[in-house]
Amino acid sequence: MLRESLVNRLDELFTKYGKKRESLLPILQELQDGYSYLGEEIINEVARAFNISQTEVFSVASFYHFLNIKPKGRYVIRLCRTISCELKGKEEVLRALESELGIKMGETTPDRKYTLDYANCMGMCDKGPAMMVNNDIYSGLTPSKAVDIVRSYK
Amino acid sequence: MARKIDVVFSDIELGKALKKVYEAKPEAVVETVKKSNLRGRGGAGFPTGLKWEMAAKINKFPKYFICNADEGEPGTFKDKLILEKQAPKVIEGMLIGAYAIGAEKGFIYLRGEYKYLYSSLQETIDKLKRDGFLGKNICGKKGFCFDLEIRLGSGAYVCGEETALIESLEGKRGEAKNKPPYPTEEGFLDKPTVVNNVETLAFVPHIIVNGADWFHQFGTEKSAGSKLFSVSGDCEKPGIYEFEFGITIRELLKEVGAAPDTKAVQIGGASGFCASSDDFDKPICFEGIPTGGSIIIFNKSRSMFKVLKNFVEFFQQESCGQCTPCREGCSRMLEGIEKFELGTGSSKTVSDLLSLSETMSLASKCGFGQSVPNSFRTIITKFRDEIISYRGENNE
Repeated sequence: MLRESLVNRLDELFTKYGKKRESLLPILQELQDGYSYLGEEIINEVARAFNISQTEVFSVASFYHFLNIKPKGRYVIRLCRTISCELKGKEEVLRALESELGIKMGETTPDRKYTLDYANCMGMCDKGPAMMVNNDIYSGLTPSKAVDIVRSYK
Repeated sequence: MARKIDVVFSDIELGKALKKVYEAKPEAVVETVKKSNLRGRGGAGFPTGLKWEMAAKINKFPKYFICNADEGEPGTFKDKLILEKQAPKVIEGMLIGAYAIGAEKGFIYLRGEYKYLYSSLQETIDKLKRDGFLGKNICGKKGFCFDLEIRLGSGAYVCGEETALIESLEGKRGEAKNKPPYPTEEGFLDKPTVVNNVETLAFVPHIIVNGADWFHQFGTEKSAGSKLFSVSGDCEKPGIYEFEFGITIRELLKEVGAAPDTKAVQIGGASGFCASSDDFDKPICFEGIPTGGSIIIFNKSRSMFKVLKNFVEFFQQESCGQCTPCREGCSRMLEGIEKFELGTGSSKTVSDLLSLSETMSLASKCGFGQSVPNSFRTIITKFRDEIISYRGENNE
Protein backbone atom coordinates (compact mmCIF):
# COMPACT_ATOMS: atom_id res chain seq x y z
CA MET A 1 0.00 0.00 0.00
CA LEU A 2 2.61 2.52 1.11
CA ARG A 3 4.86 1.43 -1.72
CA GLU A 4 2.20 2.04 -4.35
CA SER A 5 1.34 5.51 -3.08
CA LEU A 6 5.05 6.31 -2.79
CA VAL A 7 5.77 5.29 -6.36
CA ASN A 8 2.94 7.51 -7.57
CA ARG A 9 4.07 10.41 -5.42
CA LEU A 10 7.63 10.07 -6.68
CA ASP A 11 6.37 10.17 -10.26
CA GLU A 12 4.58 13.43 -9.52
CA LEU A 13 7.70 14.87 -7.91
CA PHE A 14 9.88 13.83 -10.83
CA THR A 15 7.51 15.67 -13.13
CA LYS A 16 7.80 18.76 -10.94
CA TYR A 17 11.56 18.77 -10.30
CA GLY A 18 12.99 16.54 -13.02
CA LYS A 19 14.54 13.13 -12.51
CA LYS A 20 18.05 14.28 -11.74
CA ARG A 21 20.38 14.07 -8.78
CA GLU A 22 19.94 17.78 -7.97
CA SER A 23 16.27 17.13 -7.26
CA LEU A 24 16.98 14.80 -4.34
CA LEU A 25 16.79 17.41 -1.58
CA PRO A 26 13.53 19.11 -2.66
CA ILE A 27 11.99 15.68 -3.21
CA LEU A 28 13.01 14.49 0.26
CA GLN A 29 11.59 17.74 1.70
CA GLU A 30 8.26 17.17 -0.04
CA LEU A 31 8.11 13.51 0.97
CA GLN A 32 8.68 14.49 4.57
CA ASP A 33 5.85 17.05 4.37
CA GLY A 34 3.54 14.23 3.29
CA TYR A 35 4.80 11.29 5.33
CA SER A 36 6.15 13.24 8.37
CA TYR A 37 9.44 11.33 8.45
CA LEU A 38 11.78 9.55 6.07
CA GLY A 39 11.69 5.95 7.24
CA GLU A 40 13.51 2.98 5.76
CA GLU A 41 10.78 2.19 3.25
CA ILE A 42 10.84 5.72 1.85
CA ILE A 43 14.65 5.84 1.73
CA ASN A 44 14.72 2.52 -0.14
CA GLU A 45 12.11 3.57 -2.66
CA VAL A 46 13.79 6.90 -3.32
CA ALA A 47 17.12 5.11 -3.83
CA ARG A 48 15.52 2.74 -6.33
CA ALA A 49 13.84 5.57 -8.23
CA PHE A 50 17.04 7.65 -8.41
CA ASN A 51 19.14 4.57 -9.08
CA ILE A 52 21.58 5.42 -6.31
CA SER A 53 22.42 3.47 -3.16
CA GLN A 54 20.23 3.55 -0.05
CA THR A 55 23.29 4.63 1.91
CA GLU A 56 23.62 7.69 -0.25
CA VAL A 57 20.01 8.72 0.24
CA PHE A 58 20.29 8.03 3.97
CA SER A 59 23.50 10.06 4.24
CA VAL A 60 21.74 13.07 2.71
CA ALA A 61 18.55 12.66 4.75
CA SER A 62 20.48 12.32 8.00
CA PHE A 63 22.65 15.37 7.32
CA TYR A 64 19.93 18.00 7.56
CA HIS A 65 18.40 18.92 10.92
CA PHE A 66 14.97 19.53 9.40
CA LEU A 67 14.77 16.13 7.73
CA ASN A 68 13.60 13.44 10.14
CA ILE A 69 14.89 9.93 9.77
CA LYS A 70 13.04 8.83 12.90
CA PRO A 71 9.36 9.23 13.74
CA LYS A 72 8.52 12.59 15.27
CA GLY A 73 5.33 14.16 16.50
CA ARG A 74 2.75 15.55 14.11
CA TYR A 75 3.80 18.98 15.35
CA VAL A 76 7.49 19.59 15.78
CA ILE A 77 8.11 22.49 18.14
CA ARG A 78 11.53 24.02 17.71
CA LEU A 79 12.59 26.47 20.35
CA CYS A 80 15.39 28.86 19.39
CA ARG A 81 18.41 28.20 21.61
CA THR A 82 20.53 31.11 20.36
CA ILE A 83 21.94 33.54 22.91
CA SER A 84 19.68 36.46 21.88
CA CYS A 85 16.58 34.39 22.68
CA GLU A 86 18.23 33.06 25.82
CA LEU A 87 18.76 36.62 27.08
CA LYS A 88 15.04 37.28 26.63
CA GLY A 89 13.75 34.34 28.65
CA LYS A 90 14.03 31.16 26.58
CA GLU A 91 14.54 29.03 29.72
CA GLU A 92 11.20 30.05 31.22
CA VAL A 93 9.45 29.27 27.93
CA LEU A 94 11.19 25.89 27.84
CA ARG A 95 10.05 25.02 31.36
CA ALA A 96 6.46 26.00 30.54
CA LEU A 97 6.46 23.87 27.38
CA GLU A 98 7.98 20.89 29.15
CA SER A 99 5.40 21.02 31.88
CA GLU A 100 2.50 21.57 29.46
CA LEU A 101 3.51 18.63 27.27
CA GLY A 102 4.82 16.41 30.05
CA ILE A 103 8.03 15.69 28.14
CA LYS A 104 11.63 16.85 28.24
CA MET A 105 13.50 18.71 25.51
CA GLY A 106 14.21 16.28 22.64
CA GLU A 107 11.29 13.99 23.43
CA THR A 108 7.98 13.19 21.72
CA THR A 109 4.63 12.88 23.50
CA PRO A 110 3.39 9.27 23.76
CA ASP A 111 0.44 10.07 21.44
CA ARG A 112 3.00 11.25 18.83
CA LYS A 113 1.32 14.62 18.60
CA TYR A 114 4.20 16.88 19.70
CA THR A 115 7.97 16.74 19.56
CA LEU A 116 9.97 19.31 21.49
CA ASP A 117 13.31 20.23 19.95
CA TYR A 118 15.85 23.00 19.87
CA ALA A 119 16.80 24.88 16.72
CA ASN A 120 19.59 27.34 16.12
CA CYS A 121 18.98 30.95 15.18
CA MET A 122 15.74 31.45 13.23
CA GLY A 123 16.23 35.18 12.59
CA MET A 124 13.84 36.55 15.22
CA CYS A 125 16.64 37.85 17.44
CA ASP A 126 15.13 41.32 18.00
CA LYS A 127 11.83 39.78 19.10
CA GLY A 128 12.93 36.79 21.18
CA PRO A 129 12.21 34.28 22.49
CA ALA A 130 11.12 32.55 19.28
CA MET A 131 9.96 29.10 18.25
CA MET A 132 8.71 27.28 15.18
CA VAL A 133 5.83 24.82 15.06
CA ASN A 134 6.41 22.90 11.85
CA ASN A 135 6.83 25.76 9.33
CA ASP A 136 5.19 28.54 11.36
CA ILE A 137 7.34 31.00 13.30
CA TYR A 138 6.31 32.70 16.55
CA SER A 139 8.21 35.41 18.37
CA GLY A 140 7.93 37.59 21.47
CA LEU A 141 7.00 34.51 23.49
CA THR A 142 6.13 34.43 27.15
CA PRO A 143 5.60 31.12 28.95
CA SER A 144 1.80 31.47 28.76
CA LYS A 145 1.79 32.67 25.15
CA ALA A 146 3.91 29.68 24.12
CA VAL A 147 1.53 27.28 25.87
CA ASP A 148 -1.50 28.89 24.18
CA ILE A 149 0.15 28.55 20.77
CA VAL A 150 0.95 24.89 21.31
CA ARG A 151 -2.62 24.22 22.47
CA SER A 152 -4.00 25.83 19.31
CA TYR A 153 -2.51 22.96 17.24
CA LYS A 154 -5.28 20.39 17.45
CA MET B 1 31.13 60.41 12.90
CA ALA B 2 29.62 57.69 10.79
CA ARG B 3 26.18 58.41 9.45
CA LYS B 4 22.98 56.46 9.54
CA ILE B 5 21.80 56.10 5.96
CA ASP B 6 19.19 54.36 3.91
CA VAL B 7 20.23 52.63 0.71
CA VAL B 8 19.15 49.02 1.04
CA PHE B 9 15.53 49.82 1.89
CA SER B 10 15.17 52.83 -0.38
CA ASP B 11 13.16 52.25 -3.52
CA ILE B 12 14.74 52.39 -6.92
CA GLU B 13 12.84 52.18 -10.19
CA LEU B 14 12.84 48.55 -11.27
CA GLY B 15 14.71 48.02 -14.53
CA LYS B 16 16.54 51.35 -14.49
CA ALA B 17 19.84 49.73 -13.59
CA LEU B 18 19.21 46.84 -15.93
CA LYS B 19 18.60 49.19 -18.85
CA LYS B 20 21.87 50.98 -18.16
CA VAL B 21 23.66 47.65 -17.94
CA TYR B 22 22.28 46.43 -21.27
CA GLU B 23 23.64 49.51 -22.98
CA ALA B 24 27.12 48.59 -21.80
CA LYS B 25 29.34 45.56 -22.37
CA PRO B 26 29.49 42.91 -19.63
CA GLU B 27 33.15 43.85 -19.02
CA ALA B 28 32.12 47.42 -18.27
CA VAL B 29 29.61 46.20 -15.66
CA VAL B 30 32.30 44.13 -13.96
CA GLU B 31 34.57 47.17 -14.07
CA THR B 32 31.99 49.42 -12.37
CA VAL B 33 31.39 46.92 -9.56
CA LYS B 34 35.13 46.43 -9.13
CA LYS B 35 35.67 50.17 -8.99
CA SER B 36 32.94 50.54 -6.38
CA ASN B 37 34.91 48.21 -4.10
CA LEU B 38 31.69 46.45 -3.09
CA ARG B 39 32.59 43.52 -0.85
CA GLY B 40 30.46 40.55 0.17
CA ARG B 41 28.00 41.47 2.93
CA GLY B 42 27.53 37.90 4.18
CA GLY B 43 30.58 38.08 6.40
CA ALA B 44 33.60 36.96 4.39
CA GLY B 45 33.94 40.26 2.53
CA PHE B 46 35.27 38.95 -0.77
CA PRO B 47 35.36 41.69 -3.45
CA THR B 48 32.19 41.23 -5.54
CA GLY B 49 33.56 42.65 -8.78
CA LEU B 50 36.58 40.36 -8.62
CA LYS B 51 34.33 37.35 -8.08
CA TRP B 52 32.29 38.31 -11.13
CA GLU B 53 35.43 38.86 -13.19
CA MET B 54 36.76 35.41 -12.26
CA ALA B 55 33.54 33.75 -13.45
CA ALA B 56 33.23 35.96 -16.53
CA LYS B 57 36.69 35.00 -17.75
CA ILE B 58 36.03 31.24 -17.76
CA ASN B 59 34.84 30.06 -21.13
CA LYS B 60 32.60 27.19 -19.95
CA PHE B 61 28.82 27.16 -20.24
CA PRO B 62 26.19 27.11 -18.87
CA LYS B 63 27.06 29.38 -15.95
CA TYR B 64 25.02 29.86 -12.80
CA PHE B 65 24.22 32.80 -10.55
CA ILE B 66 23.12 32.05 -7.01
CA CYS B 67 21.69 34.25 -4.30
CA ASN B 68 22.74 33.05 -0.88
CA ALA B 69 19.70 33.51 1.37
CA ASP B 70 20.89 30.98 3.92
CA GLU B 71 21.34 33.61 6.60
CA GLY B 72 22.05 31.55 9.70
CA GLU B 73 24.68 33.35 11.75
CA PRO B 74 23.31 33.66 15.29
CA GLY B 75 21.91 37.15 15.74
CA THR B 76 21.43 37.91 12.03
CA PHE B 77 18.04 38.70 10.49
CA LYS B 78 18.72 41.41 7.91
CA ASP B 79 18.38 39.27 4.77
CA LYS B 80 14.93 38.18 5.89
CA LEU B 81 13.81 41.82 5.97
CA ILE B 82 15.42 42.58 2.61
CA LEU B 83 13.59 39.64 1.02
CA GLU B 84 10.34 40.81 2.58
CA LYS B 85 10.71 44.43 1.47
CA GLN B 86 13.03 44.54 -1.53
CA ALA B 87 12.98 41.17 -3.29
CA PRO B 88 12.65 42.66 -6.83
CA LYS B 89 15.78 44.76 -6.25
CA VAL B 90 17.73 41.70 -5.11
CA ILE B 91 16.62 39.84 -8.23
CA GLU B 92 17.62 42.82 -10.39
CA GLY B 93 21.04 42.60 -8.72
CA MET B 94 21.16 38.93 -9.76
CA LEU B 95 20.18 39.82 -13.34
CA ILE B 96 22.97 42.39 -13.54
CA GLY B 97 25.48 39.85 -12.22
CA ALA B 98 24.15 37.19 -14.59
CA TYR B 99 24.62 39.56 -17.53
CA ALA B 100 28.14 40.39 -16.36
CA ILE B 101 29.26 36.76 -16.16
CA GLY B 102 27.04 35.27 -18.88
CA ALA B 103 24.72 33.11 -16.73
CA GLU B 104 21.27 32.04 -17.87
CA LYS B 105 20.12 30.15 -14.82
CA GLY B 106 19.98 31.05 -11.15
CA PHE B 107 18.77 29.95 -7.78
CA ILE B 108 17.80 31.63 -4.56
CA TYR B 109 18.91 29.29 -1.79
CA LEU B 110 16.48 30.15 1.00
CA ARG B 111 17.07 28.73 4.46
CA GLY B 112 14.42 26.27 5.66
CA GLU B 113 13.67 28.48 8.66
CA TYR B 114 12.39 31.14 6.23
CA LYS B 115 10.07 28.78 4.39
CA TYR B 116 7.20 31.13 5.23
CA LEU B 117 8.76 33.62 2.77
CA TYR B 118 8.68 31.07 -0.06
CA SER B 119 5.24 31.83 -1.49
CA SER B 120 5.61 35.61 -1.55
CA LEU B 121 9.06 35.24 -3.11
CA GLN B 122 7.64 32.88 -5.74
CA GLU B 123 4.87 35.40 -6.47
CA THR B 124 7.51 38.09 -6.99
CA ILE B 125 9.35 35.82 -9.41
CA ASP B 126 6.12 35.02 -11.29
CA LYS B 127 5.27 38.70 -11.55
CA LEU B 128 8.74 39.60 -12.82
CA LYS B 129 8.38 36.86 -15.41
CA ARG B 130 5.04 38.29 -16.56
CA ASP B 131 6.57 41.77 -16.74
CA GLY B 132 9.44 40.57 -18.89
CA PHE B 133 12.20 40.79 -16.28
CA LEU B 134 12.79 37.05 -16.16
CA GLY B 135 12.65 34.37 -18.84
CA LYS B 136 13.62 34.97 -22.45
CA ASN B 137 14.75 38.24 -24.10
CA ILE B 138 14.66 40.16 -20.86
CA CYS B 139 13.51 43.79 -21.17
CA GLY B 140 13.48 43.26 -24.91
CA LYS B 141 17.22 42.59 -24.99
CA LYS B 142 17.53 39.89 -27.59
CA GLY B 143 19.29 36.74 -26.52
CA PHE B 144 19.41 37.60 -22.86
CA CYS B 145 17.63 34.92 -20.83
CA PHE B 146 17.58 34.14 -17.16
CA ASP B 147 15.51 31.58 -15.29
CA LEU B 148 15.25 31.69 -11.54
CA GLU B 149 14.22 29.01 -9.07
CA ILE B 150 13.95 29.00 -5.29
CA ARG B 151 15.51 26.11 -3.42
CA LEU B 152 15.01 25.54 0.27
CA GLY B 153 17.64 24.58 2.79
CA SER B 154 16.79 22.18 5.58
CA GLY B 155 18.32 23.56 8.73
CA ALA B 156 22.07 23.29 8.23
CA TYR B 157 24.09 26.37 9.19
CA VAL B 158 27.17 25.26 7.26
CA CYS B 159 25.24 25.54 3.95
CA GLY B 160 25.79 29.30 4.11
CA GLU B 161 29.39 28.52 3.12
CA GLU B 162 29.34 28.77 -0.67
CA THR B 163 30.82 25.39 -1.57
CA ALA B 164 28.56 23.64 0.97
CA LEU B 165 25.60 25.56 -0.45
CA ILE B 166 26.44 24.32 -3.94
CA GLU B 167 26.76 20.72 -2.73
CA SER B 168 23.35 21.06 -1.11
CA LEU B 169 21.89 22.44 -4.35
CA GLU B 170 23.27 19.38 -6.11
CA GLY B 171 21.24 17.22 -3.75
CA LYS B 172 24.15 16.15 -1.57
CA ARG B 173 25.19 16.55 2.06
CA GLY B 174 26.10 20.19 2.65
CA GLU B 175 29.80 19.59 3.13
CA ALA B 176 32.30 22.26 2.16
CA LYS B 177 34.87 21.49 -0.53
CA ASN B 178 38.52 22.39 -0.77
CA LYS B 179 39.29 25.61 -2.63
CA PRO B 180 40.70 25.95 -5.27
CA PRO B 181 39.02 25.25 -7.58
CA TYR B 182 36.74 28.14 -6.65
CA PRO B 183 33.05 28.03 -7.57
CA THR B 184 33.71 30.76 -10.14
CA GLU B 185 35.62 28.08 -12.03
CA GLU B 186 33.94 24.84 -10.95
CA GLY B 187 30.73 25.48 -9.06
CA PHE B 188 27.21 24.11 -9.51
CA LEU B 189 27.46 20.92 -11.63
CA ASP B 190 31.15 21.83 -12.10
CA LYS B 191 30.24 24.93 -14.09
CA PRO B 192 31.31 28.53 -13.36
CA THR B 193 29.09 29.85 -10.58
CA VAL B 194 28.83 33.05 -8.59
CA VAL B 195 27.30 32.97 -5.11
CA ASN B 196 26.41 36.38 -3.64
CA ASN B 197 24.68 37.31 -0.40
CA VAL B 198 21.21 38.93 -0.45
CA GLU B 199 22.44 42.26 0.94
CA THR B 200 25.36 42.41 -1.50
CA LEU B 201 22.95 42.03 -4.40
CA ALA B 202 20.63 44.72 -3.01
CA PHE B 203 23.46 47.27 -3.36
CA VAL B 204 24.21 46.40 -6.99
CA PRO B 205 21.34 48.29 -8.74
CA HIS B 206 22.17 51.43 -6.69
CA ILE B 207 25.83 51.24 -7.70
CA ILE B 208 24.93 50.81 -11.36
CA VAL B 209 22.47 53.73 -11.37
CA ASN B 210 24.55 56.13 -9.27
CA GLY B 211 28.06 55.05 -10.21
CA ALA B 212 31.04 53.68 -8.32
CA ASP B 213 32.11 57.12 -7.05
CA TRP B 214 28.75 57.67 -5.40
CA PHE B 215 29.31 54.46 -3.39
CA HIS B 216 32.74 55.65 -2.26
CA GLN B 217 31.34 58.75 -0.57
CA PHE B 218 30.08 56.41 2.17
CA GLY B 219 32.23 54.38 4.51
CA THR B 220 35.99 54.34 4.89
CA GLU B 221 38.79 54.26 2.37
CA LYS B 222 39.05 50.47 2.41
CA SER B 223 35.42 49.67 3.23
CA ALA B 224 33.22 51.50 0.78
CA GLY B 225 29.52 51.96 1.37
CA SER B 226 27.18 51.06 4.16
CA LYS B 227 26.20 47.90 5.97
CA LEU B 228 23.07 46.50 7.55
CA PHE B 229 23.30 45.56 11.19
CA SER B 230 21.00 43.13 12.97
CA VAL B 231 20.92 44.35 16.56
CA SER B 232 19.67 42.22 19.44
CA GLY B 233 20.30 41.69 23.13
CA ASP B 234 20.37 44.29 25.88
CA CYS B 235 19.32 47.58 24.29
CA GLU B 236 16.18 49.70 24.03
CA LYS B 237 15.82 49.57 20.26
CA PRO B 238 16.78 46.20 18.79
CA GLY B 239 16.20 45.79 15.05
CA ILE B 240 17.79 46.46 11.67
CA TYR B 241 20.02 49.49 11.13
CA GLU B 242 22.02 50.71 8.17
CA PHE B 243 25.22 52.55 8.99
CA GLU B 244 28.24 53.58 7.01
CA PHE B 245 31.27 51.40 7.48
CA GLY B 246 33.60 52.92 10.03
CA ILE B 247 31.03 53.50 12.73
CA THR B 248 32.55 52.81 16.12
CA ILE B 249 31.01 50.35 18.52
CA ARG B 250 30.33 53.19 20.96
CA GLU B 251 28.45 55.21 18.32
CA LEU B 252 26.41 52.17 17.39
CA LEU B 253 25.55 51.42 21.01
CA LYS B 254 24.31 54.96 21.43
CA GLU B 255 22.08 54.74 18.34
CA VAL B 256 20.40 51.55 19.52
CA GLY B 257 19.90 52.70 23.09
CA ALA B 258 22.29 50.39 24.88
CA ALA B 259 22.97 51.09 28.55
CA PRO B 260 26.15 53.04 29.33
CA ASP B 261 27.36 50.10 31.41
CA THR B 262 27.29 47.66 28.47
CA LYS B 263 29.68 44.86 29.32
CA ALA B 264 30.37 43.28 25.96
CA VAL B 265 29.26 43.26 22.35
CA GLN B 266 29.46 40.20 20.12
CA ILE B 267 30.16 41.38 16.59
CA GLY B 268 29.59 38.96 13.73
CA GLY B 269 27.66 36.29 15.63
CA ALA B 270 29.07 33.04 16.98
CA SER B 271 31.85 33.09 14.40
CA GLY B 272 32.66 36.74 15.07
CA PHE B 273 34.52 38.65 17.74
CA CYS B 274 33.68 39.72 21.26
CA ALA B 275 34.38 43.34 22.13
CA SER B 276 34.73 44.56 25.70
CA SER B 277 34.57 48.21 26.79
CA ASP B 278 38.27 48.69 25.89
CA ASP B 279 37.35 48.07 22.25
CA PHE B 280 34.33 50.35 22.00
CA ASP B 281 36.18 53.08 20.10
CA LYS B 282 37.23 50.69 17.36
CA PRO B 283 35.54 51.06 13.97
CA ILE B 284 33.41 48.34 12.41
CA CYS B 285 34.74 47.81 8.89
CA PHE B 286 36.87 45.33 6.98
CA GLU B 287 40.12 46.90 8.20
CA GLY B 288 38.74 47.24 11.76
CA ILE B 289 36.32 44.73 13.24
CA PRO B 290 34.73 42.94 10.28
CA THR B 291 31.20 41.59 10.44
CA GLY B 292 28.32 40.09 8.53
CA GLY B 293 26.16 42.40 10.61
CA SER B 294 25.18 40.48 13.74
CA ILE B 295 25.43 42.66 16.85
CA ILE B 296 24.49 41.10 20.20
CA ILE B 297 24.71 43.33 23.25
CA PHE B 298 25.32 42.10 26.81
CA ASN B 299 24.75 44.24 29.87
CA LYS B 300 26.72 43.91 33.07
CA SER B 301 24.36 41.34 34.59
CA ARG B 302 25.20 38.76 31.89
CA SER B 303 27.52 35.83 32.42
CA MET B 304 30.14 35.65 29.68
CA PHE B 305 30.61 31.99 30.54
CA LYS B 306 27.04 31.28 29.43
CA VAL B 307 27.58 33.29 26.26
CA LEU B 308 30.73 31.34 25.47
CA LYS B 309 29.10 27.99 26.18
CA ASN B 310 26.09 28.88 24.04
CA PHE B 311 28.36 29.61 21.06
CA VAL B 312 30.47 26.48 21.48
CA GLU B 313 27.34 24.32 21.77
CA PHE B 314 26.13 25.91 18.55
CA PHE B 315 29.34 25.01 16.72
CA GLN B 316 29.36 21.50 18.14
CA GLN B 317 25.82 20.93 16.83
CA GLU B 318 26.38 22.50 13.44
CA SER B 319 29.82 21.15 12.51
CA CYS B 320 29.26 19.06 9.39
CA GLY B 321 31.66 16.48 10.74
CA GLN B 322 33.75 15.73 7.67
CA CYS B 323 37.08 17.08 8.90
CA THR B 324 38.63 16.03 12.20
CA PRO B 325 39.94 19.40 13.49
CA CYS B 326 36.44 20.87 13.41
CA ARG B 327 34.37 17.82 14.38
CA GLU B 328 36.60 16.70 17.27
CA GLY B 329 37.76 20.21 18.07
CA CYS B 330 34.24 21.48 18.73
CA SER B 331 33.42 18.52 20.98
CA ARG B 332 36.68 18.78 22.95
CA MET B 333 36.25 22.51 23.28
CA LEU B 334 32.79 22.04 24.75
CA GLU B 335 34.09 19.40 27.18
CA GLY B 336 36.86 21.76 28.20
CA ILE B 337 34.50 24.63 28.86
CA GLU B 338 32.17 22.43 30.89
CA LYS B 339 35.09 21.79 33.25
CA PHE B 340 34.69 25.33 34.57
CA GLU B 341 31.08 24.62 35.47
CA LEU B 342 32.12 21.45 37.25
CA GLY B 343 34.86 23.25 39.12
CA THR B 344 37.68 21.25 37.53
CA GLY B 345 38.84 23.94 35.10
CA SER B 346 42.04 25.93 35.63
CA SER B 347 44.50 28.21 33.86
CA LYS B 348 45.93 25.08 32.32
CA THR B 349 42.52 24.29 30.81
CA VAL B 350 42.48 27.75 29.24
CA SER B 351 45.92 27.35 27.70
CA ASP B 352 45.08 23.84 26.44
CA LEU B 353 41.91 25.16 24.81
CA LEU B 354 43.74 28.10 23.27
CA SER B 355 46.21 25.68 21.75
CA LEU B 356 43.32 23.55 20.45
CA SER B 357 41.72 26.63 18.93
CA GLU B 358 45.00 27.42 17.17
CA THR B 359 44.96 23.96 15.59
CA MET B 360 41.34 24.37 14.54
CA SER B 361 41.92 27.68 12.83
CA LEU B 362 44.96 26.34 10.98
CA ALA B 363 43.78 22.86 10.06
CA SER B 364 40.00 23.02 9.54
CA LYS B 365 38.86 22.54 5.98
CA CYS B 366 36.45 25.46 5.66
CA GLY B 367 35.58 28.84 7.14
CA PHE B 368 33.34 27.19 9.74
CA GLY B 369 36.08 25.40 11.71
CA GLN B 370 38.52 28.22 11.01
CA SER B 371 36.24 30.77 12.65
CA VAL B 372 35.21 28.78 15.74
CA PRO B 373 38.23 30.18 17.61
CA ASN B 374 37.25 33.82 16.94
CA SER B 375 34.63 34.08 19.65
CA PHE B 376 36.38 31.59 21.91
CA ARG B 377 39.69 33.47 21.91
CA THR B 378 38.22 36.92 22.29
CA ILE B 379 35.81 35.96 25.09
CA ILE B 380 38.32 33.94 27.04
CA THR B 381 41.04 36.56 26.70
CA LYS B 382 38.87 39.50 27.72
CA PHE B 383 36.93 37.72 30.47
CA ARG B 384 39.49 35.18 31.60
CA ASP B 385 38.96 35.54 35.36
CA GLU B 386 35.20 35.42 35.03
CA ILE B 387 35.37 32.23 32.98
CA ILE B 388 37.87 30.47 35.23
CA SER B 389 35.95 31.32 38.39
CA TYR B 390 32.52 30.35 36.96
CA ARG B 391 31.05 27.56 39.03
CA GLY B 392 27.62 26.98 37.54
CA GLU B 393 24.30 28.18 38.86
CA ASN B 394 23.82 25.25 41.19
CA ASN B 395 27.14 25.78 42.91
CA GLU B 396 26.92 29.52 43.30
